Amino acid sequence: MSTSTAAAPVVADERVASKGPVAKLLGRPEIGALVGAIALFVFFAVVAPVFLQPSSIATVLYGASTIGIMAVGVSLLMIGGEFDLSTGVAVISSALTASLFSWYFSTNMWVGVVLALAVSLAIGFVNGWILIKTKLPSFIVTLATFLMLTGLNLGLTRLIGGSVSSPSTSTMDGFASAKAVFASSVNLAGVDVNITVFIWIALVAVASWILLRTRVGNWIFAVGGDANAARAVGVPVVRTKIGLFMGVGFCGWILGMHNLFAFATVQSGEGIGNEFLYIIAAVIGGCLLTGGYGSAVGGAIGAFIFGMANKGIVYAEWNPDWFKFFLGLMLLLATIVNLVVKKRAEAK
Amino acid sequence: MSNTNDSGRRIEQDTLLKNQKDSLTHTPVHLLELKDVGKHYGNIIALQGVTMAVDTGRVTCVLGDNGAGKSTLIKIIAGLHQHDAGTFEIMGAERKLSSPREALDSGIAAVYQDLAVVSLMPIWRNFFLGSELTTGVGPFKRMDVETMKRITKEELAAMGIDLRDVEQPIGQLSGGERQCVAIARAVHFGAKVLILDEPTAALGVKQSGVVLRYILQARDRGLGVIFITHNPHHAFPVGDRFLLLKRGKSIGYYDKKDITIDELTSQMAGGAELAELAHELEQAGGNSEDIAEVRAEAADVMTAATNPTDASSTGRHTG
Repeated sequence: MSTSTAAAPVVADERVASKGPVAKLLGRPEIGALVGAIALFVFFAVVAPVFLQPSSIATVLYGASTIGIMAVGVSLLMIGGEFDLSTGVAVISSALTASLFSWYFSTNMWVGVVLALAVSLAIGFVNGWILIKTKLPSFIVTLATFLMLTGLNLGLTRLIGGSVSSPSTSTMDGFASAKAVFASSVNLAGVDVNITVFIWIALVAVASWILLRTRVGNWIFAVGGDANAARAVGVPVVRTKIGLFMGVGFCGWILGMHNLFAFATVQSGEGIGNEFLYIIAAVIGGCLLTGGYGSAVGGAIGAFIFGMANKGIVYAEWNPDWFKFFLGLMLLLATIVNLVVKKRAEAK
Repeated sequence: MSNTNDSGRRIEQDTLLKNQKDSLTHTPVHLLELKDVGKHYGNIIALQGVTMAVDTGRVTCVLGDNGAGKSTLIKIIAGLHQHDAGTFEIMGAERKLSSPREALDSGIAAVYQDLAVVSLMPIWRNFFLGSELTTGVGPFKRMDVETMKRITKEELAAMGIDLRDVEQPIGQLSGGERQCVAIARAVHFGAKVLILDEPTAALGVKQSGVVLRYILQARDRGLGVIFITHNPHHAFPVGDRFLLLKRGKSIGYYDKKDITIDELTSQMAGGAELAELAHELEQAGGNSEDIAEVRAEAADVMTAATNPTDASSTGRHTG
């Protein structure tokens, strides 16, 4: 067709207009979020120069990581066509389990940590299992779990510890070593970077690998895109969905352990409302609410936007009352950009 | 329709199902064999007393109007539903399939009306969905993306479709192309029995012809094909056997040598029903010319010599 194809060493199909790197980038699910993140970064860099200092960036990254760790699991779950409203309180449930168990039975903290992992995975499993068995929408199932966990957190904490917060565990065996794993900071070229930032990055890398390069990743896209079609070609839909809920549970466990070992005590009423932050991060990052489309990197960028907005307002010395308004606006703009970009990319 | 029932000689179920040797394998069993299979959903009887067989290199057509039980029948064969009456044998062994995976493992692959493809996913991911190729071991076990893309392209080329880019979402392909991807997928994964659920229903004339050619290609590659359709003009040229369903029951099972396309058509359409349609149109005050046309069609069907699709399209104009 064209003279260039004749000269090309690789046999290219003449009907494929060579997609430039720009067009390829525009086809990615997280592009809207990336543009938003860059715009926001430049904006805060201009209005609050202190924002650019390495220590400020470390703080922003820390804020982003506490959302981002959960956003990894939530993004994958959303790509798999479901979402989870119980994540915010499930994080606290995990932290309370480790704290109260170790304190009550005076065991090494690590015993509580392992038990908390089992509990977190079990919460995910139960969510997924009820969803599959009842065929109810995940909104209803996880809303019920959310309410039950909220009640359990408050009730059991008061029953066991006698207070609304868990007793301090900072002097217990194993606390120091667990803190080193879940809540220490790493000195990077003179700047203290919280370990959660590295855990976050590692989780995003692993999740991206799973999503794009493994069979399970193929199944996640398929169960979210069309569960019936996936089942018809032999994809284990039940196992995939339950696995995704358990993945969210795993992320919740990591964040719960961070909360516990960073502050030594856990407020039993915390966590409510955080589930929306995780969902917002995933949606801003280009995950389709109806499933079948999105990326782990997108969720990470969404979390980074959250971290920038959250801390940037402080650095710009504005009233943090405005933060939620800002977040809502970001959500709206990012999703509109995603929609437009996706339509344009598909039309090409 | 009563006058046409005797025109085609029905296959004697006993001779067909008992010890008829498979023409290619010379084994005395059929690839698939259904005897008096039935299925009900609660108190609704969806299927009753259906008997049919599928053999290597043969196309068995299942014909029937909407609601005749065609979909229920293939869901039983494909493992989505379980029959609750009669027997279902695969290679002579009685089976009850509990999942599509089990059906696939037994060599039965279904291509559904809605195609069972995930439209947002790239073609190559859809092609290998559920049967992905992997490389590496342990935690580094990963999909062999390059090989999968190459095989997808090759298999589709072998079926006669030259696709532009296997990375594009399958939702962007035309209905006929998607159909071919689904058929090529089934053939590649070693299906012995290929079930095609209304593959030509949503296609234009030319695309239907393309799909019919793929059916013959699959047959020539030694597959047993079950072709489900409501159009006798698509079924007759490619079919070897014809099972006619109506309201969940078998109303005829013929070998190609025993029936003509006109007889098939009239059994399908039912001349009496066309006459009734003409009457209804008249009652509703339809265009008298069109009614006369439907009448003529009905008369033609009665004498087993016309095409029911013309009649139905004429009927639509009056509405």
